[in-house]
Amino acid sequence: MSLVAREISYAYIPGQYALSGVSLTLEPGEVLFLLGANGSGKTTLLECLCGVRFPQAGEILLDGAPLSSLPPRERAKRIAYVPQFPEAAFAYTVEEMVLFGRAPHVGPFGRPTKKDQEKVEKALELVGIYPLHKRAVNTLSGGERRLVLIARGLAQEAPYLLLDEPDAHLDPANQHRILSVVRDLAKQGLGVVATTHNPNSALLYGQRVLLLRSGKTLAQGEPFVALSPEILAEAYGITFQILGDGSGPRAFIPRVERKA
Amino acid sequence: MHAVSRGAKRASWEVRRAGLVLALCLLPLPIVFGSLLLGRMDLGAREVWASLLGGAVPETVRALVLRVRLPRLLAAALVGANLAVSGAAFQGIFRNPLVESRILGVSAGAGLGAALAMVLRSGPLGIQGLSFIGGLLAAGLAMLLGTAFGGGILVLVLSGVLVNSFFSSLVSLVKYFADPYVQLPGITFWLMGGLSTVRWADFWPLAAASAIGLGGLLLLRWRLNLLTLSEAEAQALGLPVKRLRFLTVALGTLLTAASVSVSGVVGWIGLIVPHAARALVGPDHLFLIPAAAGLGAAVLLIFDDIARTLLPTEIPLDILTGLIGVPVFFLLFMRQIRKGGGWR
Repeated sequence: MSLVAREISYAYIPGQYALSGVSLTLEPGEVLFLLGANGSGKTTLLECLCGVRFPQAGEILLDGAPLSSLPPRERAKRIAYVPQFPEAAFAYTVEEMVLFGRAPHVGPFGRPTKKDQEKVEKALELVGIYPLHKRAVNTLSGGERRLVLIARGLAQEAPYLLLDEPDAHLDPANQHRILSVVRDLAKQGLGVVATTHNPNSALLYGQRVLLLRSGKTLAQGEPFVALSPEILAEAYGITFQILGDGSGPRAFIPRVERKA
Repeated sequence: MHAVSRGAKRASWEVRRAGLVLALCLLPLPIVFGSLLLGRMDLGAREVWASLLGGAVPETVRALVLRVRLPRLLAAALVGANLAVSGAAFQGIFRNPLVESRILGVSAGAGLGAALAMVLRSGPLGIQGLSFIGGLLAAGLAMLLGTAFGGGILVLVLSGVLVNSFFSSLVSLVKYFADPYVQLPGITFWLMGGLSTVRWADFWPLAAASAIGLGGLLLLRWRLNLLTLSEAEAQALGLPVKRLRFLTVALGTLLTAASVSVSGVVGWIGLIVPHAARALVGPDHLFLIPAAAGLGAAVLLIFDDIARTLLPTEIPLDILTGLIGVPVFFLLFMRQIRKGGGWR
């Protein structure tokens, strides 16, 4: 049981690699954070992992079988993708939106059943937004919308959950709320990959981290080991410093020169 | 207790919505019956009833009901349902509430077919046949162009716009060379839409195409929801996005082309009825598609009744749908804005 990428490369324009030779292994029960500057290939990697894009070189193995050999519905039963924002053209209710996550379990001409409805309720309870289930998604706050999409990913009942910047555009409380939900889900046996711009999210909520620069792996491993001010400086081009308490590093922050 | 009130609340909205969808689907039936009474010769309910069931009525009355009014009214119902359903489906898959059933140039293509048929003097069935082929051809061309440029939504819409204006120019070209005393008025009136010439022979091909198109879209209707998400989301949910989009466009085009070939160009229905249906039953296509079908049929029946009875001569449908439809749309729009929901 694992989601494995082996030396994968992807180019949007032939010859210009957005991703080159990246490898990773995700086991059930862990949260892996993808870090890297804007344009370093995080989202591309995520989209390759969920089967929306096919790498031109290397392969992705889902529980030992090549991902590209799986029919779309089978793949969707095993990997759920949670985009940053819902992009529906119409004002669906929370319940309807989460029900869409049942799509891989519903036949081509079918419609969701009572059982699907129950799974939706369970997913809404799990992320704590059941009271919102009749609201239109477009009337919710950014954090609530994010939770709706996570609930949709959960309703998909896939063992692997891939999240695109789950902590972006959120206040600290909502960031904490969402990432705690994600961490708890992993504790229950899900394998989670999440992109983020915040190295501290990886420190606080992740078991592993993969740092990208220009589509290549810069560092990979346990967050406390793999991340250091030096490596972050290399990734982002600015200097960082560690804040810590007695137990070790707690956060990386940019070093700001104070004017005299 | 929490669970009980929760369940009760859900039931109330769901029961209400199901009832609304059912009512909208049945709505055309009484309107068809009522419309059978209306016309240049007013008939009583008993006469109509007797004609339908084979009771004792004068032969002229029976012929009027069964051979003139019934096929026309059933055609009106189907045209309305087809335009509304294809409009709703297109708005969904193009992820754009301003799109309508004619987006891929179907009307312009059908207009060209009809105009050519009239110039070639090929009779009513020739007009229907050629305009049907013209409509399919135009939309097929738009889809081909769109697919050649990657099959994205924007290129597909853009191809539709291009094909539309190209075929409109061809229609103008045919009009320019048409006989100005006989053919030109015919083409012009056809383009304004109307059902006055519809008989059973025109109705059956329309019914066959509608059965395929409406049946297919009804079967696909829950999945249509997923096509209104972004392409990456729909793919990640396990959908064969391009194939499903193509199938939906093909079914919608079949519906539109079959309708336009019978009724001529009728605007408004394919744009506004889906919005009205969405305002009534919500955006879930599981309910929206049948609701749009019933509402579209009812609305076009009423427009056709007005077209037949308001003035001594028939009023072209496209004029009516525009003159009445636009203010009604505006009122709906204002109401929605006041409610604070925005228009989605």
